[in-house]
Amino acid sequence: MNHVFKKIGWILVALLGATAVSAIATHRGESINALWFITAALCIYAIAYRFYAAWIIAKVLTVDETRATPAERLDNGRDFVPTNKWVVFGHHFAAIAGPGPLVGPTLAAQFGYLPGTLWILVGAVLGGCVQDTVTLFLSTRRNGKSLGQMARDELGPIGGSAALIGTFAIMIILIAVLGLVVVNAMKHSPWATSTVAATIPIAMIVGLYMRHFRPGQVLEASALGVALLLLAVFMGGFVDHHPALRVIFDHDGLTLAWWVIAYGLAAAVLPVWLLLAPRDYLSTFMKLGTVIVLALAIFIWRPDVQMPALTQFIDGTGPIFGGALFPFVFITIACGAVSGFHALIASGTTPKLIANERDIRMIAYGGMLLESFVAIMAMVAATVLEPGVFFAINSPAGVVGKEAADAVAMISSWGFPVTVEQMKSLATDMGESTLFARTGGAPSLAVGMATIFGKAFGQGLLALWYHFAIMFEAIFILTTLDAGTRVGRFMLQDMLSNIWPKMGQTSWYPSVILTSGLVVAGWGYFLYIGVIDPNGGVNILWPMFGIANQMLAAIALSVGTGILIKNGKLKYAWVTGLPLVWLVTLTTSAAWEKITSPDIRVGFFAAANDLASKLAAGLLPPEKAVVAPQLILNQRLDAWLTLFFVVMLWIVVLDMLRVCVRYLAGKSVRPNTETPYVATQLVNSIEPVR
Amino acid sequence: MIKRLKAFWHLVRRLSGDDAYDQYLAHFAEHHDAVDELPLSKEAFFKQWQNNKWTGIKRCC
Repeated sequence: MNHVFKKIGWILVALLGATAVSAIATHRGESINALWFITAALCIYAIAYRFYAAWIIAKVLTVDETRATPAERLDNGRDFVPTNKWVVFGHHFAAIAGPGPLVGPTLAAQFGYLPGTLWILVGAVLGGCVQDTVTLFLSTRRNGKSLGQMARDELGPIGGSAALIGTFAIMIILIAVLGLVVVNAMKHSPWATSTVAATIPIAMIVGLYMRHFRPGQVLEASALGVALLLLAVFMGGFVDHHPALRVIFDHDGLTLAWWVIAYGLAAAVLPVWLLLAPRDYLSTFMKLGTVIVLALAIFIWRPDVQMPALTQFIDGTGPIFGGALFPFVFITIACGAVSGFHALIASGTTPKLIANERDIRMIAYGGMLLESFVAIMAMVAATVLEPGVFFAINSPAGVVGKEAADAVAMISSWGFPVTVEQMKSLATDMGESTLFARTGGAPSLAVGMATIFGKAFGQGLLALWYHFAIMFEAIFILTTLDAGTRVGRFMLQDMLSNIWPKMGQTSWYPSVILTSGLVVAGWGYFLYIGVIDPNGGVNILWPMFGIANQMLAAIALSVGTGILIKNGKLKYAWVTGLPLVWLVTLTTSAAWEKITSPDIRVGFFAAANDLASKLAAGLLPPEKAVVAPQLILNQRLDAWLTLFFVVMLWIVVLDMLRVCVRYLAGKSVRPNTETPYVATQLVNSIEPVR
Repeated sequence: MIKRLKAFWHLVRRLSGDDAYDQYLAHFAEHHDAVDELPLSKEAFFKQWQNNKWTGIKRCC
């Protein structure tokens, strides 16, 4: 009887989900309530988790509950520790969810709400969650080996090196684009700049507290830090209204970019306990808190989505970034649907903590579902804004014009009415001098979040909510920036140690400074170009980041598919094979367009040649002519870099196919490196608390 | 209810690493029998724990 009720329950969930999806897919005209998005997402996630994930775990991976995990076998009380699944889930989610799922959907909203929403849901369930689950499982069966090591051991040295170089390249582009997002959020905004600047000494206070004043009292120190951060948001308003103080924090993009670069260098060289570790605590608390509050606010206010389902920009003429719906919506939203970066976390810390293999479904598949849900909320926050306002905030001056009157005229001519007065009063409400051309996604997300918070919890505090949202985004973007620079440094030290072993000593200061400097110079270059580019830089950098991230995902899925086939599971290889084919198709076509398209807003070479001929003909105004040579060089460099990414991807895929063909033909392949079976001694699950 | 709140509080402490030293002491008592071996002080342990936590790829996009 119970069984029948369960079946009926799942049929109802399926029907509700189908209704919600068809409501958002077929709705035209008037606005549609955001609760449909939330309902569709939750139903799809529930069904995918209950049926698809369970099937993958049982049939494809054949998870074995009786098998001892590396955490149990190698328990050393430090990195290998059998841990309660909720705790591992928390660590894993905190590690995978960064600013990516917030920025991507905001930018992709230029196509309308529908394409991005569908990709977030379908991509996560069939692609991202599968990638994370398979990678975590394979790494757990191999004593927590990294993706690069697994690629080398199972496929060959080529796959291993490609994974390593790919990771390094992603890191550089990712940091540059995130730096650009922060710079654009702080540009000529004393309130935002002073608040973000205050996070640095606050983190140091927290770091000193945890290290010297009360060693190890993490929660006390974090509570102090959160209180100080909220105070900093409040005091930012005071700075903004103070004529002498506001000048100190009022800067243009280039000055702020140099500050971010200097900060990145300092943060990579300073000891972790002083800045990186304490700020990470603060950003994790802020992230979890804000995601919960945002979900609550959407439930309380139940806002209407104003953006149409599809806009005319699906043809590739969009103001935020150039390029048609296919493949660019899939490139723009990487995190939140499929993110290759997760494979590094799923083959890093997490497999060393898992107490029992059956926890993998909840940690990897469930963790990615939650990240996908964050992306859906970001999509809601972007699309509850009036489309005219959304485009006015996100369109760079190079596309819509520098003057407010020109910008509103052009945006209104697209069919998204907006007025100068409307933008002015919105800026005043948010405590900013202007909201025109604030590209990068953070300001429009902050306006969206402030609107939702304001409607749900009271209108009076809009400016505070706005700057709280900016601080919230900036704090974990800066964490990614430090942590990424540091990881890049370790990788570079490791690579250089092959040439000169002494460079590999991670604590030898000349090596630390040289490699940190090289990594910062790498992302600093792209950040600098992004800031001086009149088209906003986001147009160039975000698609490159997406291509790089999807390339890494394809590498992870290649490793997964190769191992499945080598283990005699050819009939299940489509589980990772289908998302792999899809990712290879879309990264290759996106790279092809970025390299060969004659549209100067899409093709790198086309843009470089167009600018070069204009420069030669003397058609550029003097301020543009000065930076033109750098922009031309950069566009050409970007084209070659994109080509490099896609060549690396194909090398790994072909290498994987070579191994599979050899295996299927009965020839020798590299042996399976799975550790032998040992029965678990842990009775039941790990106790949640001691 | 109080039991649930307590469990939640323990979860928060475990997740944040607030009780990492207690964990370490428990692990130490269980696995090290030698009498002359002493566990690390809280300060020394925390230093090692924090450095360990931040070596490698720990944060994502």
